[in-house]
Amino acid sequence: MNTQLKKLAIALMVCYLALFVRLNVLQVVDAKEINAKPGNSRKIERDFNRPRGDIVTADGVLVAHSESTKNRFRYQRVYPTDDLFAHVVGAYSLMFGSDGVERQYNDELSGNTPEFKLQGFINPFVDEPNVGTVGLTLRSDVQRAAKEALGEREGSVVALDPRTGEILALWSFPTYNPNVISINDPNIARGFKESYNADPEKPLLSRAFRDRFFPGSTFKVVTGAAGLESGKVTEESPNYPPAKGYKPPLTTKTISNFGGSTCGGVLVELLRVSCNSGFAQMGSALIGPDPMISQATEFGFNDTPPLDLPGTVKSVFPTDFGAKVRPSETPGDADIYENTPGLAQASIGQGNVSATPLEMALVAGAFGNSGNIMSPHVMDTIRDRNGETVTEFAASVWKQPISVATAEVLRRAMIGVVANGTAKSMAISGYEVGGKTGTAQLGTAEPRSHAWVIGFAGPSGEAAHVAVAVIVEGQPGASEQTGGAVAGPIAKRVMEVALTSVPQPQPAGK
Amino acid sequence: MNRSIRATEAGLLALAGLVIGVAYVLVSLGRSSALPANLIGFLVALFVMFVAAHIGVRKLAPLADPLIVPIAVMLNGLGYVFIARLNEQLAAQQAGWTAVGIVGFVVTLAVVRRVRSIERIRYTVGLVGVLLLLMPLVPGVGRLVNGSRIWVRVGPISFQPGEFAKIALAIFFAAYLVERRELLGTATFKVGPFLTPDPKHLAPVLIAWGFSLMVMMFQRDLGSALLFFVLFMTVLWLATGRASYLVVGGGLFAAGAYLSWVMFTHVQSRVAMWLDPWQDAQGKGFQVIQATYAFAWGGTAGTGLGLGIANRIPYQETDFIFAIVGEELGLLGTTAVLVMFLLLIGCGFRIAVRSTDPFSKLLAGGLTTLIGFQSFMIMAGVTRLLPLTGVTLPFMSYGGSSLVSNWVLIALLVRLSHEAAVSEAEASSAAMSAANMTTVLTVAR
Repeated sequence: MNTQLKKLAIALMVCYLALFVRLNVLQVVDAKEINAKPGNSRKIERDFNRPRGDIVTADGVLVAHSESTKNRFRYQRVYPTDDLFAHVVGAYSLMFGSDGVERQYNDELSGNTPEFKLQGFINPFVDEPNVGTVGLTLRSDVQRAAKEALGEREGSVVALDPRTGEILALWSFPTYNPNVISINDPNIARGFKESYNADPEKPLLSRAFRDRFFPGSTFKVVTGAAGLESGKVTEESPNYPPAKGYKPPLTTKTISNFGGSTCGGVLVELLRVSCNSGFAQMGSALIGPDPMISQATEFGFNDTPPLDLPGTVKSVFPTDFGAKVRPSETPGDADIYENTPGLAQASIGQGNVSATPLEMALVAGAFGNSGNIMSPHVMDTIRDRNGETVTEFAASVWKQPISVATAEVLRRAMIGVVANGTAKSMAISGYEVGGKTGTAQLGTAEPRSHAWVIGFAGPSGEAAHVAVAVIVEGQPGASEQTGGAVAGPIAKRVMEVALTSVPQPQPAGK
Repeated sequence: MNRSIRATEAGLLALAGLVIGVAYVLVSLGRSSALPANLIGFLVALFVMFVAAHIGVRKLAPLADPLIVPIAVMLNGLGYVFIARLNEQLAAQQAGWTAVGIVGFVVTLAVVRRVRSIERIRYTVGLVGVLLLLMPLVPGVGRLVNGSRIWVRVGPISFQPGEFAKIALAIFFAAYLVERRELLGTATFKVGPFLTPDPKHLAPVLIAWGFSLMVMMFQRDLGSALLFFVLFMTVLWLATGRASYLVVGGGLFAAGAYLSWVMFTHVQSRVAMWLDPWQDAQGKGFQVIQATYAFAWGGTAGTGLGLGIANRIPYQETDFIFAIVGEELGLLGTTAVLVMFLLLIGCGFRIAVRSTDPFSKLLAGGLTTLIGFQSFMIMAGVTRLLPLTGVTLPFMSYGGSSLVSNWVLIALLVRLSHEAAVSEAEASSAAMSAANMTTVLTVAR
């Protein structure tokens, strides 16, 4: 009988071995695949059955938190400021996933970082979950000023501190209410999401960092910088004679000045009146393709800004103007290339140049911050439930496009544009304000254009405390006055608020 | 000698107690970040039960294997921790059933002083087994629950008589087959070149098979039907050593499986859901898919006790408790459970091998098969290694009938273990005295 017993024991052992193998497959080998199965709601269940950290602005306004509910999922994400921070914070949705800060800092908000997990081990008796609070660099007062100043016009406002890269306001209109998308009832959420998706004005899309526009004349500061950096332009030369327009070689199309006006002069003067003919000639005939391409690239074109928000897009400057056609006629000038006419257009921010409002704010900030562009960011600190800082965003330089000397020349030039040029509407008494307007013509039958301004402001003798870019899309008219008249007051209002000291954060309510 | 055996047992019980106590605290911390409110009561109850079981063994079966009771206690305790984590109301009842189980264990040890005494009443036991099994079919007493007719209600008490019937039948099979094994094991009938037992001796096999099919048909209890048939075939094979019985049994099983597949839609759906549960993920496949998700979510180390997402799997406290173990303790936890059952099986087979009389051998083998195969069946079912057959996971699942009957089963194993040790000791002392005698004689010469 013992022989049979032994065989039986072996048979059972084999059964259990098979079970062990099966468990290894289920729990280790295939686990990832099973966790990712479309019908597997475990991740969602986990995330929606526990609270999630708050998101708070620099001035202590709560913009996202979890409320406990009696429904199937124990927590509902709520956004007390409705649409104000929608494009920054995103919506944390059961059905549609998440976006913005909710997505970027998901691990911190849900306590899934090693630090927060460790805290859970150390304090097992505390019922409060170890989740992080994300403190934003954005200020609700600046953001609200941007929203109110832009009103119900399509456009974007970006304000940032050029010294640190902290984003102070990131607003674009139209926008959406994250509360209706993040609601846990799938039918309601789906209905709103579909209507937002169907809206031709794309309210879900942040135009401030996910969409590109012709920068128009605001780009002239880059052309000027390229000239100064290449040594071909100084404060004294070239000094273009007044002209009504400029006709590049290889084309019959003249680039004319706004309203048929006549302009010319040295760099500072060209910038003050936003002289198309002067900058078109400077970029295409004097500087040439390679220095223009490399300067634009150094300013961050053709590269995605390291903004800590998902879906940030890069701005574009052409990288190829064709083969050389013939050498220049004047010594010291650039050679003629197949697409020198395109370069002339690009030099005034038309043609194949396109930029995000974020990028243009970064460009403006470089002149206010000795030629440095800091990495833009919306996260300031991650704090634990006791308010202790766990992580602090470490400021870093993203680009160094120009020398201190070049920055200083253009800084003063831009201050001149505000003092007695096209951007007078941006002046703030008591502060040094520099700016540049832009009116990017859309080439529509009935003349329409994007009204732009970029600029910076700060106390005299200091690096600028704030840099802005404002675009109001599709405004009627095509005169250079449009940018300053339409976008200028918005930039002024936003900078005024940003220059006030941060309101004392109220202690975040528990 | 027996003192050190029992000291080992006491030490292992203390270890099991420590693990269970810590698990109980952790599961509460995981759920609510607070110590369990009834911690002192729980620890006292745990201590009392352990001491009761230990003293029972010490007094009534002092030479028994010291591993059996600690493993049973460990599985029982771990199961309780998980039930407490899932459903506090059920946990209170399970605590009561555990106490009844321990009492049942001690009482069985006290009543069954000698295994031979139950061998003598084999036909009575067999009849009781059959009656227990048929009880749910009696109108007015039996109840239909979840499509199966396996429950009985007598006055205020409801139970599943099948859980006790399986022990009675294991005893009966062992006793009956010991009696007949010479006859059944003799090859006298020629089929071609093969010698096989006389076909008329196949009658018991056919009866067991028919009986299992009836259980299947009238009670719609796939798991029990399979368990009975496997039990019978195993004991028959252990008794006779005739592989031809296994062949015949395998054929009959295949025929039975085919018949049930044709006859019962619920068998068809079980098989279909085993092959691909995702074809009806929200319906028939839901349970096994949720179990799969639980296992995968647990990964290697699990989410931690009390930190899993419970209340997703239907029958998670009973048939599917292993999936919750998989989620919260991960592969490490499920492997530990596997190892505990394997150790229990190992103990059972050791008893069978050490026993000298054939009835004890067969009974030990049969009881071990019951617990080992039943555990395998349900664990294989929830992991989708085999089609799901609804049986409980011994000691871990919620359920009074299952828990108490398994404690009785363990008591019988302990009794068999003690007797095997006693007969071994007698044999060695007989050999010793024989050797002494020889020495004396040599000296005298």
